[in-house]
Amino acid sequence: MCWAWAGGLPLAQAWMGKLMVEHPNAAIPAVDANLAVNQNAVEMRGIVKRFPGVLANDHVDFDLRPGEIHALLGENGAGKSTLMSVLAGLYKPEAGSILLHGQPVAFNSPRDAIAHGLGMIHQHFTLVQSQSVTENVLLGLATPRFWLRLPEHDRRVADLGQRFGLSVAPQAKIWQLSVGEQQRVEILKMLYRGVQILVMDEPTAVLAPHEIEGLFATLRSMVAEGKSIVFISHKLNEVMAIADRVTVLRQGRVTAAGVRANETTIPELARLMVGRTVLFDLQKRPQAPGEVVLTVDQVCAENNKGRPALRNFSVTVRAGEIVGVAGVAGNGQAELAEVITGLRRCTSGRLLVHGLEVTNSPPRALIEQGVAHVPEDRTHVGSAPNLTITDNVIMKQYRHAPLAQGWSLNYTTAQAAAETLKTEYQILAPSVKTPARFLSGGNLQRVILARELSVRPQLLIAVQPTRGLDVGAIEGVQRLLLAQREAGAAVLLISEELEEIFALSDRIVVIYEGEVAGEVTEHDPEAIGLMMTGGKRAYAAPAGEGG
Amino acid sequence: MATTATAVPRRWRLPYRLQVDRRLEAPRWLSPLVSLGAILVALLLGAVILEIVGGDAVAAYAHIGRAAFGNLGVFSDTLVKATPLILVGLACAVAFQMKLWNIGAEGQFFMGALGASVVVLAPIVPIEAPRWVTIPAMLVAGMAFGALWGAIPGLLKATLRVNEVITTLMLNYVAISLVNFFVFAVWSEGGFQMSPTFQRAAWLPRLADYASQVPLFRGLTTHLGLAFALVAAGVVWYILYRSLWGFEIRLVGDNPRAAHYAGVNIVRNTVLVMMLSGALAGLAGMSEISGVVHRLQTSISPGYGFTGIIIAWLAKLNPLVVAPVSVLFGGLILAGREIQPAGVPRLIQGIILFTLIASEVLLRYRVRLVRVDAEPA
Repeated sequence: MCWAWAGGLPLAQAWMGKLMVEHPNAAIPAVDANLAVNQNAVEMRGIVKRFPGVLANDHVDFDLRPGEIHALLGENGAGKSTLMSVLAGLYKPEAGSILLHGQPVAFNSPRDAIAHGLGMIHQHFTLVQSQSVTENVLLGLATPRFWLRLPEHDRRVADLGQRFGLSVAPQAKIWQLSVGEQQRVEILKMLYRGVQILVMDEPTAVLAPHEIEGLFATLRSMVAEGKSIVFISHKLNEVMAIADRVTVLRQGRVTAAGVRANETTIPELARLMVGRTVLFDLQKRPQAPGEVVLTVDQVCAENNKGRPALRNFSVTVRAGEIVGVAGVAGNGQAELAEVITGLRRCTSGRLLVHGLEVTNSPPRALIEQGVAHVPEDRTHVGSAPNLTITDNVIMKQYRHAPLAQGWSLNYTTAQAAAETLKTEYQILAPSVKTPARFLSGGNLQRVILARELSVRPQLLIAVQPTRGLDVGAIEGVQRLLLAQREAGAAVLLISEELEEIFALSDRIVVIYEGEVAGEVTEHDPEAIGLMMTGGKRAYAAPAGEGG
Repeated sequence: MATTATAVPRRWRLPYRLQVDRRLEAPRWLSPLVSLGAILVALLLGAVILEIVGGDAVAAYAHIGRAAFGNLGVFSDTLVKATPLILVGLACAVAFQMKLWNIGAEGQFFMGALGASVVVLAPIVPIEAPRWVTIPAMLVAGMAFGALWGAIPGLLKATLRVNEVITTLMLNYVAISLVNFFVFAVWSEGGFQMSPTFQRAAWLPRLADYASQVPLFRGLTTHLGLAFALVAAGVVWYILYRSLWGFEIRLVGDNPRAAHYAGVNIVRNTVLVMMLSGALAGLAGMSEISGVVHRLQTSISPGYGFTGIIIAWLAKLNPLVVAPVSVLFGGLILAGREIQPAGVPRLIQGIILFTLIASEVLLRYRVRLVRVDAEPA
């Protein structure tokens, strides 16, 4: 099996090379449109899609060649997912036409699109948690009709997985799988349905670094078999690593159509995405750290399943210092943040804030101590979706004057405070009475940051503060963190983005399996990478299955 | 670049189609307007059904209107029916705001009645005690018994994560049986299923009591319980929308994890809110036996506690809207009995609930009729 796709790779490359020779010019002029129709797997012309208040796609053209990985790049809300949802039959465009292999199509549903060999994998998976991998793959298919004959299909699913490097046990139940494995099941579903064109909406957003490598290998093997892939992303380095061509969307319009990835640069793409030059170098002033604010001393804690998540973890953070905690997801970072903010009990060890013992204090006591927390999960922990922006920004301060007056809460003051923060933190919303659930990821993060930073915290625990945000918003959040450092706050930055850790931290602590794997002050990615994986090789194959 | 129309042949379609768009924000006036529209639609549907079964819808509605709101006398009776409904409606609304599904208002109502009866029949206050001693004592006892009955599921939920739907539902039967025990075994009057009548000092004053001063009040049965209910509505509104505690209740209701993260004590709030809910339902029970039946008996509630759930939802959990909705339902219950003991009024109640819940979609989405041929270019 293995040699089959290894042999297929150069073949496909040669074939693609031929294609390139025939059409050296990537931007196809209108005259050549008829010619291009015969070549392109997908052609979208003049797509317009409106949502209340926004023009999500404004006469967008897009084409996908057979056997290529085409990245669709853009900030959050640029219209990438909308455009691809139109393609996959989820939305109907107000105007425009879609051609599949030169044939005009109008899909009424995603099912319709899959029947034409076009499938889309969304950010939120659509899997039945209690069923097995094979059952999920078969779900909704016309055959098998009555008798499932699961073992036979298990084998087929396993074969398919092996062909594309998607190792996942067919009999495993979905709830037993990691997010990365669940994604593989989604891809298997599409492959099983014979999809030739696959759209993946931000597939790397949920993956750990080593899983991203695995995904990329799968995508390459699919392309080698002649399938075409649209890869939606806002992460520039990933796009450069995987894509053959790139189309950039900004505010519903194409700013770069099908540019060859090797003919462009990251700063150039960033400019096309954001509409202005993005500074990747943050100015960090050298600054001597002050007294110790946070001491985590030999702390142990358990995760939700009752397994040890932190093992004698120790770290200190001083005033005016950012300490970065680097590590692969799931090595105890989430538990560390929760222990420090009082959301999780520690089973042993001590926790001191300004020398005061706060081990296992309730969250409120820590809030009163000046501990701010930018949680990893914005929607489920950091905000109340149906309450207004005002309610969300006063969520931690409502007990204190001037918001509190005796037993009453002064909503006039609250609203005024919210208005101020809305301007100061550039929260884009119709009004402060808008429910939080209507805010985009970046705006919701601004609401949370406004709440946490406006109280001038002594200690800030920031977990993945820029995850899922677009380039412009990331820069803003990072500047806010640096401003806290300059204001003399102690900042513990927990992030899986090494670049972010490098850009912001004064010291870096590496966490591995709940332990301190090492501490560095030099920005040495290789040393850190080694520590993050416990000194072992970075890309260990998932347990059990052998390639 | 000009694009031609899609090449795919279209089958024949209606010239109009429904376009459904999500609303980002609903204007303030929309919610009451939609609710009113829903009630009208419900009455219309009820009329259709009445006509189909051979009734005269116009006459039936006219009769309901007359029997519930036709003159001061019947309107007063409507208010008497509305009084316990307002209180149990508030009880449910306050718990539902925190997503505590207290469906035990019925049991808490019975416990409130029991608590008030204990004061009179045990007796805790002597028979010759004046009204201003007896009534407050009954009030406190009724609310305390109701609060206790709410605290049990509250504690179980907060500490052991026992599902409150099950516990509150089951405690209804316990409460009703407990009242039955006292009615039959302890305070039975000559073996009948009722206690002796309370002394006059334990009766809530009625408007009719003041007929000698104000002739207009002659025969009006509206009692002081209505004032309790209206004050309670104001207090509950203040708690929910103006107090620190209410902010915590709404925060926990919307996202308990965020509330925990913001330092709200969820265990304490769960117990306290269940107690407040129980106390309000208990007050309803006290007001009913002290203001209407003047004795403890087995059939003091035609399911007030369950109607309260409907009322709370119809009022969108807003305490100030609970009162008018309760009056509407009080009228329906009263007038319904006049037309038919069980059928039509229940039917209309059901349809109102149905249309109101269905109309919710109009608040979240904007539904428009657009011409199909006028496709935007």
